Amino acid sequence: MEAVIQLKNVSRRFGEVQAVRDLTLEVYRGEIFGFLGHNGAGKTTTIRLVNGVLEADQGKIRVLGFDPQTQGPQLRARTGVITETASMDNRLTALDNLTIYADLYGVPRAEVKTRVSGLLAQFELAERANDRVAAFSTGMRQRLAFARALLHQPEILFLDEPTSGLDPMAARQVHSLVTHLAREEKRTVFICTHNLVEAQRLCDRVAVMEHGQLVAVGSPHELASRYVRRLMVNLETDPAQRESALEILAAAGALVDGQPELANGGLRFAAAGREAIPQTLSLLVNKGIRVYHLSAEEPDLEDVYFALHAGKEQ
Amino acid sequence: MNWRVLMAIVKKDLKVVAQNRSVVIPILMVPLILFGALPWLAVLVPGSINMGGSTMNDIAPLLAKLPANLTAELAPYNLEQKTVIFFLVYLLAPMFLIIPLMVSSVIAADSIAGERERRTLEALLYTPTSDRELLLGKLLSAWLAAVATAAAGFLLYSVMVNLAAWQVVGAVFFPNMMWLVMVFWVAPAAAGLGLSVMVLVSARAQGFQDAYQMGGMVVLPILLLVFGQATGVMFFSTGLVVLLGLGLWLVDAGLLWYGRRFFRREALVSRL
Ligand SMILES: Nc1ncnc2c1ncn2[C@@H]1O[C@H](COP(=O)(O)OP(=O)(O)OP(=O)(O)O)[C@@H](O)[C@H]1O
Ligand SMILES: [Mg+2]
Repeated sequence: MEAVIQLKNVSRRFGEVQAVRDLTLEVYRGEIFGFLGHNGAGKTTTIRLVNGVLEADQGKIRVLGFDPQTQGPQLRARTGVITETASMDNRLTALDNLTIYADLYGVPRAEVKTRVSGLLAQFELAERANDRVAAFSTGMRQRLAFARALLHQPEILFLDEPTSGLDPMAARQVHSLVTHLAREEKRTVFICTHNLVEAQRLCDRVAVMEHGQLVAVGSPHELASRYVRRLMVNLETDPAQRESALEILAAAGALVDGQPELANGGLRFAAAGREAIPQTLSLLVNKGIRVYHLSAEEPDLEDVYFALHAGKEQ
Repeated sequence: MNWRVLMAIVKKDLKVVAQNRSVVIPILMVPLILFGALPWLAVLVPGSINMGGSTMNDIAPLLAKLPANLTAELAPYNLEQKTVIFFLVYLLAPMFLIIPLMVSSVIAADSIAGERERRTLEALLYTPTSDRELLLGKLLSAWLAAVATAAAGFLLYSVMVNLAAWQVVGAVFFPNMMWLVMVFWVAPAAAGLGLSVMVLVSARAQGFQDAYQMGGMVVLPILLLVFGQATGVMFFSTGLVVLLGLGLWLVDAGLLWYGRRFFRREALVSRL
């Protein structure tokens, strides 16, 4: 797999604040990479470092083979960024915003017109092309930001919290767009988000940042099996045997983290990881319990996120 | 240097600034009053205009103090004509520099401090422009607008001065060599002063209004020139104006040399 973004021991501080600390990370071509972390974890700073808008204090960064510090312009010609605030010129029309940026991004002159009108149409802004952006809704502004970021057909797209402030419909549009850009158009997407459900659904791999440091990286599934130490299990037995089933589980130490609860005529309890499932099953069956249903709830990124955070707080 | 990029920045800044009333109104009104109305007022209502303590009515003592070259230039005219010509051509000359200074600093305030305040600067930082192109584009938009406004003001003034003074002088006497030097040499340098001061001010200013007010100080040296002439300390002449322009260009260069460090991405983004 080809790494299009490489960071090696990268650090950056602002006065007393260590915004990014010793960050080592690779992002591969064509993947949707999620960058998670609390407010102030260093996500935006990382995007700025990687695009040569900020300079690293230490460490080495390569993006598409370029050094952002010395080859910023060449590099930025091949990346697109949607910043945290839409940063659209409210006083200009949608059309002006795009054509001026087409010049700034060096879109071949002969193609400016077709690309701009194509993007305006794609993002359902064609009818409002000559209106000033000041009159646009947040969703329209975000669509225009996408159009602007795609003008020069960048290989890597950085999205800094692209769905915050959007309604569910608009957010879903962003999701399908991101999937399309990565799967059909083979672009790499680097997406910062606080929305764990979004990251779970979209991302091939995610990195979790905390206070400028990388605490975990991997696919949502990998992270779940690596970091989530408890798993919610649903068990349904013959109702008459429920009490004895509980006693057997408790005696075997299969229950972790609080008391089981009654749910849907069955039991729901926390077990210690995936291996607990076959163990529980054979234990119950050997003791003559009639098991009708046993299932584990797949842990998701939310569980990972809180598991990682809980680990840090202890 | 990529001209397409520079022109794109110029186009963007000027289109954006054209929507800001607190920029556009002074840019239109000040030249109209200064160059459109002032000559008529000066000729028709002598005594109405007070330049640093001396009105048209008491210019006579000043005329006596003129250096030889100016005395020679005014020799063919009678006292009334001398008074009008001296007032319109020489005493008002430093006021002309207010235009490029004001226009360039107001536009630079909007395109630099204002852009940061509107949070549109960040998108610009992610474009494949170099720091130098970004700065040059910003400088160029304010500078071009200022020089164009000064040139338009000069044309207006040329017409108005000759028209207003026709009854008294009966000949076309404007512009002279000194004014040509003012327009093509000193005014562009004054525009440069306005914007290079603004680059420095914008590094500290909170937003457009803040920068606008701090930048207003650049007009002070002009008032000094006006006052200097009105009290007979010095008189505008072609030679003096050439030197004045040279001095301004040097100051511009120095300020920009010092100020360009505030215009690196690193410095700009740290203050977003
Ligand atoms: N230009 C700057 N000057 C000073 N401090 C900064 C600057 N940029 C970021 N910081 C600090 O660095 C830390 C990381 O900020 P950053 O914006 O990268 O976080 P983030 O993960 O993007 O947060 P959020 O989720 O709120 O967007 C924060 O403590 C922030 O206050
Ligand atoms: Mg951020």
